[in-house]
Amino acid sequence: MSEFLQQLINALSLGAIYALLALGYTMVYGVLRFINFAHADVFMIGAFTGSYVAKHVPSGTLVGGLAVLFAAMVVCALLGVLIERLAYRPLRRAPVLNVLITAIGVSLLLEYGVQLAAGANPRSFPAVFPVTQFQLGPLTVSSNQLVVIAVALALLGGLQWIIYRTRLGAAMRAVSLNPRAAQLVGINLNTVIAVTFALGSALAGAGGVLYALNYPSIDPFMGVMPGLKAFVAAILGGIGSLPGAALGALILGTAETFVGGSAYSTYKDAIAFGLLIVIMLFRPAGLLGRFTVEKV
Amino acid sequence: MPSFLRLLLASALLSLLAACNRQDAPAAATIKIGNYGAITGKDGTFGDSSTKATRLAFEEINAAGGLLGKQIELVVEDTQSKPGEASTVVKKLITRDNVVALIGEMTSSRSLEGASVAQAFKIPMISPSATNPAVTATGDQIFRACFIDPFQGAVLATFARDQLKAHRAAILTSISSAYSTGLADVFRVQFPKAGGIIVSDQKFAEGDKDFKAQLTAIKAANPDVIFVPAYYTEAALITKQARELGITAPFIGGDGWEAPELIQIGGAALEGCYYSAHYSPESPDPKIQSFVKKYQARFGGRTPDGMAALGYDAANMLADAIRRAGSAEPAKIRDALAATKGFEGVTGRIDMDADRNASKPAAILTIKGGKFTYVQNVSP
Repeated sequence: MSEFLQQLINALSLGAIYALLALGYTMVYGVLRFINFAHADVFMIGAFTGSYVAKHVPSGTLVGGLAVLFAAMVVCALLGVLIERLAYRPLRRAPVLNVLITAIGVSLLLEYGVQLAAGANPRSFPAVFPVTQFQLGPLTVSSNQLVVIAVALALLGGLQWIIYRTRLGAAMRAVSLNPRAAQLVGINLNTVIAVTFALGSALAGAGGVLYALNYPSIDPFMGVMPGLKAFVAAILGGIGSLPGAALGALILGTAETFVGGSAYSTYKDAIAFGLLIVIMLFRPAGLLGRFTVEKV
Repeated sequence: MPSFLRLLLASALLSLLAACNRQDAPAAATIKIGNYGAITGKDGTFGDSSTKATRLAFEEINAAGGLLGKQIELVVEDTQSKPGEASTVVKKLITRDNVVALIGEMTSSRSLEGASVAQAFKIPMISPSATNPAVTATGDQIFRACFIDPFQGAVLATFARDQLKAHRAAILTSISSAYSTGLADVFRVQFPKAGGIIVSDQKFAEGDKDFKAQLTAIKAANPDVIFVPAYYTEAALITKQARELGITAPFIGGDGWEAPELIQIGGAALEGCYYSAHYSPESPDPKIQSFVKKYQARFGGRTPDGMAALGYDAANMLADAIRRAGSAEPAKIRDALAATKGFEGVTGRIDMDADRNASKPAAILTIKGGKFTYVQNVSP
């Protein structure tokens, strides 16, 4: 029983990081109807920004840790806006496939750009938050896991508030529903899309720092696998749906952790992705996704 | 007119080809040796240390007048720690650079890739540090400068049982690495033979970063020692996450642990853990001390690790074979390599056995106060 609870805690902290990434995929899909493959690399830039900023703040303190997190989010938000402005906006009226290829190009540019600047060897990520282990009976919870879960919850709450309680959020939902009609009622499409990228990328940046805190070895290709899994989580939950992305991420994290801790740990990824196929067979639109008829 | 142009182009190309051929002829004035390894990526320090030491060895030989009156030309290729890259670069070294012998790779999986290409082209290859037995079993062109996993695994199993007094052992293996699975297979047999029991046997894949699920299962089995036959990046992350889960048992591993990055990433989590290595730079042996000084003087004070020592030995072993063969023809180098007896390397005396493996001692090291510390030597 204690092993089960311990695995549940592991699953929760892994799922929380996937959720932060998955939200970015699902938000961009919501407004632009395309998959931003460069998102996983924004996550990597977040971790690298964190490791640079960490050299200039007191390590192992709450203030320093939050400063690192905040800096990574700001840098990633700016990067997200920049990518959208330079790479995706000129292709706004182009076929979706062109944008998709551009996204893959941006992804490779970021990966190899960082490899050129920082080198290809993995580097260690400093412990920016204070680290302690808590004993809850037979369970051991590290403060890093708590930080991940707490930050993820806070950011998800903040996002929910922005989208459902602010004018900006209403504008985003309007664009998602019908971009042309939204423009007719006076919504500036470019601003809304830029904000969407900024928000999604900031979450990815935070995810990158949190991931690096738990798995303190960072390299230019660290985003590829988590990015793929978060993308799967977004599809699993129903792409375009925010609660769906979070739910999908939790399911994926749980499946991965429990298979990983069983006798079948060899098949960890195979079973996690197999689960995706099964769910898609029964609910093709994802768990919380809705089928919409494409209007021509 | 177009046909005239075509003729002009063709003749221009032909003269260019002829020019190339003329340039190729004097290139035989040097002996070309290919060196391939992971200089960047996840296992980057292995190739970095090894190729540096190989370069040092050949620079020394060239400064002393070269081999058979010729200078050695070293061509280095990076496999980027990626699967599939080794066969590509080996093919390039053989067909484009026309090397007469190869040194590489440092890891077993990528050595297996490179070995099949070298074997097909009949070019002798020495892997400095691939310990999986299957590497030299590829064919009669493939040699190695290090001990093999059946020996290393037995040393570790006996050490865990006799010195650490461990009774219950857990194993955490990387299933996508030939080195890791090979070493785990030996330990799985040898540890029970020494009187212990295996209480948990968990797996992960190369490149994984989250090991908490496997470690939680291991913790529930309550082992006295945990065997992690992995490379340094994963080994460091594993021990770190294990301490976060409250696992206090010591970890032991093989020569794949040896890199400064192990301690950089793992930090205090590694205190009191043990691993087997090819040599210790702290040894008072004058051969080792002179190598350490030369390496430090050449490469900015960095202390050579086991991979460096093996890269140096592999280079000198190859040079020794070429000298004895009296020729730089691949077939003759191969025969001379196979006849290597009593070669005095930095990592000990090397004899080639019938399976083209080197039989030599292993060293046990521990991590103490954030530093690699020598414990003892184990002879075969």
